[in-house]
Amino acid sequence: MTMKTLKKMAFTSLLMVASMASAGLAMAEETIKVGVLHSLSGTMAISETTLKDTMLMLIEEQNKKGGVLGKKLEAVVVDPASNWPLFAEKARELVTKEGTDVIFGCWTSVSRKSVLPVIEELDSVLFYPVQYEGEESSKNVFYTGAAPNQQAIPAVDYLMNDIGVERWVLAGTDYVYPRTTNKILEAYLIAKGVDKKDIMINYTPFGHSDWQSIVSDIKKFGSAGKKTAVVSTINGDANVPFYKELGNQGISAEDIPVVAFSVGEEELSGLDTKPLVGHLAAWNYFMSVESDENEEFIEAWHKFIKDKKRVTNDPMEAHYIGFNMWVKAVEKAGTTDPKAVQEAMIGVAVPNLSGGFSAMMPNHHITKPVLIGEIQKDGQFDIVWETSGLVPGDAWSDFLPGSKDLISDWRAPMSCGNYNVKTKKCSGQNY
Amino acid sequence: MIVHYARPQMIRLLSWLLCLACLGFFQGGFAEVLNLDEAWNTLSKKSYSDKAEAIEAIVQQNPPEALPALKAMLEGQLFYAKSNKALFILREDGDNYLFTPLFGGNTATQENKRGYKKVRINNRLRVQIRQSLASMQLKHEDAAVRLEAVQELLKEPDEETAALIAPLVYEEQDGRVLSAMQTLLAIIQLEQGDEAAQASAIETLSSSLNPSALNALTEYKAPNGELEDSAQAAINKIEAQRDLYAVAETVFFGLSLGSVLALSAIGLAITFGVMGVINMAHGELMMIGAYTTYVVQLLMPNHIGLSIIVAIPAAFIVAGLVGVAIERGIIRFLYGRALETLLATFGISLILQQTVRSIFSPLNRSVETPQWMSGAWQINEVLALTWNRLYIIIFTLLVFTALLMVMKKSTLGLQVRAVSQNRAMARAMGVRSEWVDALTFGLGSGIAGMAGVALSLLTNVGPNLGQAYIIDSFMVVVFGGVGNLWGTLVAGMSLGVVNKVIEPWAGAVMAKILVLVFIILFIQKRPKGLFPQRGRAAED
Repeated sequence: MTMKTLKKMAFTSLLMVASMASAGLAMAEETIKVGVLHSLSGTMAISETTLKDTMLMLIEEQNKKGGVLGKKLEAVVVDPASNWPLFAEKARELVTKEGTDVIFGCWTSVSRKSVLPVIEELDSVLFYPVQYEGEESSKNVFYTGAAPNQQAIPAVDYLMNDIGVERWVLAGTDYVYPRTTNKILEAYLIAKGVDKKDIMINYTPFGHSDWQSIVSDIKKFGSAGKKTAVVSTINGDANVPFYKELGNQGISAEDIPVVAFSVGEEELSGLDTKPLVGHLAAWNYFMSVESDENEEFIEAWHKFIKDKKRVTNDPMEAHYIGFNMWVKAVEKAGTTDPKAVQEAMIGVAVPNLSGGFSAMMPNHHITKPVLIGEIQKDGQFDIVWETSGLVPGDAWSDFLPGSKDLISDWRAPMSCGNYNVKTKKCSGQNY
Repeated sequence: MIVHYARPQMIRLLSWLLCLACLGFFQGGFAEVLNLDEAWNTLSKKSYSDKAEAIEAIVQQNPPEALPALKAMLEGQLFYAKSNKALFILREDGDNYLFTPLFGGNTATQENKRGYKKVRINNRLRVQIRQSLASMQLKHEDAAVRLEAVQELLKEPDEETAALIAPLVYEEQDGRVLSAMQTLLAIIQLEQGDEAAQASAIETLSSSLNPSALNALTEYKAPNGELEDSAQAAINKIEAQRDLYAVAETVFFGLSLGSVLALSAIGLAITFGVMGVINMAHGELMMIGAYTTYVVQLLMPNHIGLSIIVAIPAAFIVAGLVGVAIERGIIRFLYGRALETLLATFGISLILQQTVRSIFSPLNRSVETPQWMSGAWQINEVLALTWNRLYIIIFTLLVFTALLMVMKKSTLGLQVRAVSQNRAMARAMGVRSEWVDALTFGLGSGIAGMAGVALSLLTNVGPNLGQAYIIDSFMVVVFGGVGNLWGTLVAGMSLGVVNKVIEPWAGAVMAKILVLVFIILFIQKRPKGLFPQRGRAAED
């Protein structure tokens, strides 16, 4: 054995000892792991990267306050790359390999549906921060985004009562969220006495970019003498060419207002907003909300992201609420054990960013105010209307024939996500 | 022209309108209104319904400040001081904000808007203000402004506006304004005149294309059968005309979609069609072109209109250089191995996407549309062609002609054709085939970059821009016939038109599917596309 190899061996063993020691140190300073499951590459990176950063900021802030249960929090970030099956794999990896007791993540409904069986099988906890179509209530998922009755229905009410809209265009991208939402809205409008002839429903493929004929159809539909509005569930990327075409064909918000459920501050930051002024969006939070909590949050966000121009949006607020609820529930339960947390979560109330409190309800949805904002030149929203109180999220819509009689209550003794009040049976089909 | 109005029915109309005018006057006289100071103060309050009342009061009393204040309010330029609620009009001058007091006084210059708050406005107020402004501008000296004003009033015609317009009809010189005014009067006449007046109103409305005219006729309840028949005939006449224009519109939509398809496919017609390289990164080269536009706009923020022109050669060069780099770095090792090329270029496309994500962030970037490209060319009240689409059609044709010239007339074109037809023979004749390969690929890539400039004005500038167009581009090239530039143009245009013809009755999703099915069937029948290559070049 030469001197060189000997030296090498000595060095390696030294390294090994050192690494073992550091591992020991880490063991001594035990952390609580928080899983963050948002796409950092691929199509959805555009929306989800921001949420990953929000989680990192919230965790950093909590650690500054001393962590939870005397332990520091540690974010475990994985990248499911906008690939739906990969979401399930990564969720399993987070729970079984990394040992996280809670996951904050997902954006699209498909990704959530893909994670659901895994999270139920492992009996973990997922916080889902995006507005969605409802018709779901899992024991293991907490829905901090809006259900249709917390976004779509109040928006339609506003248009009907305050603007006097009589003719409706329901335009959406062709997938589950718009289809379900539009089904609910159609049923709702018909229940309110709107004639079927006065409802036009239109679906377009993902990333649709040639809106000429659809916008021209909307224009024709809207020139029949009755006040017309577009309720848009058009998804992310397709919105830019849609609004551009509206502007070019000379349809202003005064003629035919468009109320959107997927266009927020972040989407507007990639858009020339001049032709959009006056169009509407319905959310539970706008960056322009005037409250102390919101000012603090925006300040912290700018400091964390080191960019004064970055905006905040509704799903970020949902994570803010969800994370604080989880912290409170863990402190209430005295442990991060998912089972205990699931029980402790119900009834927990934390401040939201619009100056009130949001509470977790037995159906795993939360109470939120609903705000309607008009787009301004600077890409911000001017709040023109808000619900007088908080609206509790409804897991199963009252306007769909199949789910009218269903309720969800995860408290013992019912403990059911899908209880039929007519047949008095729990089907167990939670999604 | 004037003699035309002195018919007996017009005299009847005049007497009827005089009554209307009286009615309008009395209505104005007795309504209870806020006093002017109160009204101005109310503007800085929060309630929108209070503001609506205030605006009404201001409009009725019409002080000299009303017009500038309402205009500013509409533009979001009306502010009030937080301290004393005094109203100011904001003007931006470079980086400075100039606050001019509405009621006279010294202009304050500030670097920010601190101390002032915007007078908030919502859609309802916008409509109200626009209508009020319209009635104030009916006597404006510019005919275009008058036309706009009348058309604004036409959206919600009522007795008061009719009373306002009635005396103006006799002074109006401009034909378009006049016909709009007559339409408005006829709508009110149809609702309230006697039977003879209704008959003449139907006649006037039957030659108007304005949607309000059609609506008035549709809702019209005729007192007798004769009038009902003539109203129905008028509706039929209007609808026949509208249908005709709808066909023209569909063709335009089709051509414009087609020109986008053709534009994004022309580059591919070179790299895939002529060179035979399956370049999956073609879409990303377009994306690079779009990002180049964004960067050029960042570099010249004060010349948005010019920046688009500058971006075209810039995008050609940037995308072209990237193309040459791809060819020299990877593709040249893979000639003749189609599958490997496909996989390698797919990998390149992913690398390019993620690079852009790292440099520019995954968020979309906004490219501002210059003034001369936004809005539409209003041919009449039903048919309007959007400027940006029109320019893109022209741009596509220019690019196509230029490329055709290069391929047919230049030395490079000759060499490209030589190499693609018989590489060995071309080399024997002294053509540097490798050099030609690189340049050809660069040319195709550069054109993709120019297509990116056009796309940046239509859709998102983001990392996923290319993916949306790659399938369509291949579709167009294969459908048109590989290796034939004319085929690409014709294929792009016809697919666009077919898509737009199907779309209204089948929906956007179904239209796309049907077009794909059609192409599959077509390729089954004619595997070489619309314009197959003939002669020796086609044999291998």
